[in-house]
Amino acid sequence: MRVLPTLQKQRHPLASATAQRARLAEVRLPRSFEAALDGAGLFPLRATGIEVLQINLGRRCNQTCRHCHVDAGPDRTEVMPADVAEACLRVLAETAIPTLDITGGAPELHPEFRAIVARAAGLGRHVIDRCNLTITQLPNYRWIAPFLAEHRVEVTASLPYFQSRQTDAQRGEGVFEESVAALRELNALGYGRPGTGLVLNLVTNPVGAFLPPDQQAAERDWKRELERRHGIVFDRLFTITNMPISRFLEHLETKGQTEAYLTRLARGFNPAAAAGVMCRTTLSVAWDGSLYDCDFNQMLELPLGEGLARDIREFDPARLERRPIALGPHCFGCTAGAGSSCGGAVA
Amino acid sequence: MNDSHYYHAPDLARFAEVGKGAPDLWDKFQAWYGAVFAEGALSAREKALIALAVSHAVQCPYCIDAYTTASLEQGSNEEQMTEAIHVAAAIRGGASLVHGVQMRNHLERLGM
Repeated sequence: MRVLPTLQKQRHPLASATAQRARLAEVRLPRSFEAALDGAGLFPLRATGIEVLQINLGRRCNQTCRHCHVDAGPDRTEVMPADVAEACLRVLAETAIPTLDITGGAPELHPEFRAIVARAAGLGRHVIDRCNLTITQLPNYRWIAPFLAEHRVEVTASLPYFQSRQTDAQRGEGVFEESVAALRELNALGYGRPGTGLVLNLVTNPVGAFLPPDQQAAERDWKRELERRHGIVFDRLFTITNMPISRFLEHLETKGQTEAYLTRLARGFNPAAAAGVMCRTTLSVAWDGSLYDCDFNQMLELPLGEGLARDIREFDPARLERRPIALGPHCFGCTAGAGSSCGGAVA
Repeated sequence: MNDSHYYHAPDLARFAEVGKGAPDLWDKFQAWYGAVFAEGALSAREKALIALAVSHAVQCPYCIDAYTTASLEQGSNEEQMTEAIHVAAAIRGGASLVHGVQMRNHLERLGM
């Protein structure tokens, strides 16, 4: 499988969150995101609760996908330390937050991944693993799929298309073939099969600078084609919009498409999608324990609002549950068309 | 404004300015256009592919850009989009060739 150096490894200017925010701020849009929200009666945007604690275990990954907003890859070294992981589990234990959503990088590379999952599941929480699929096929990580099944973890796995060319163009040469092998293994364990309760969802990001297709229509295509071509079954397909952050921003810059793409997102503003954005019900925890409204704000280092505790070790649910959301032009990525979230379209 | 050549990609975003000369007609066009491309007996995806093919037949660069994006956003892939424009090209080629019957009719009239 082919991997590339991350932006950080390349010492690329866009490895810096500050440089990314500055570039996004330069783009002249028809109106600001705040003005768009105001027009929809949604400004200031506030959280409505915390239904999902999303923890980013680190930026290490065995892949270097071209659209990755994390700039994850094998050369990244950030890994959530034990005291931060412990604080996340303590928050789960002390609150009624129903879902732990684990992401990365490839979260399974975290040395305590199994302990974190087992303890969260032991607390009766619904656990989601955002899995890149290929990690499960590496010799030292063949434990992943049976472990996830044992703990009844929901698997949300990335697969941009049901054909290899598009998948490999986005995620690296050879990724499609290994992803198919991983999906077959998950299916053999019962994932995606009716009656097992083992949920297997797929995530598709567009292979380029355009909005995702209609989620329901795409799901019908994916189900038909993956079963026909590879005998693979799954539960739901989530369509997710590419965010103009990190490596996808670098891709847009290389193609001279930054202005056009952001304008496309801004012109596609959908008030119904804005009302249902995931940041209103999610709290995002970075590998170092810092708190953000979402994984995208985390990568842009756009902190929580003034006066709020900004570290999981100082978790204050009363204030966080109704917090104002920190906004930027990238937020148009979650509100364009049918909207976009970690659970796919929202409108 | 760029007036150094006839087709300028950013001008597509200025399409609505055409309405300034005849706002009522523009509004009617907009309403009709929106209804044409809504999901109906044909899916929005099929309509985008038809539009992409027709864009090539009428050789409209703005339409080609717009319906390449629209086809991708409706879930079509490169193979499907390429087949669609071959349909347009085949009809254009066939339309030329079928006039050969007219040629043959006139040959018949002139010949011995």
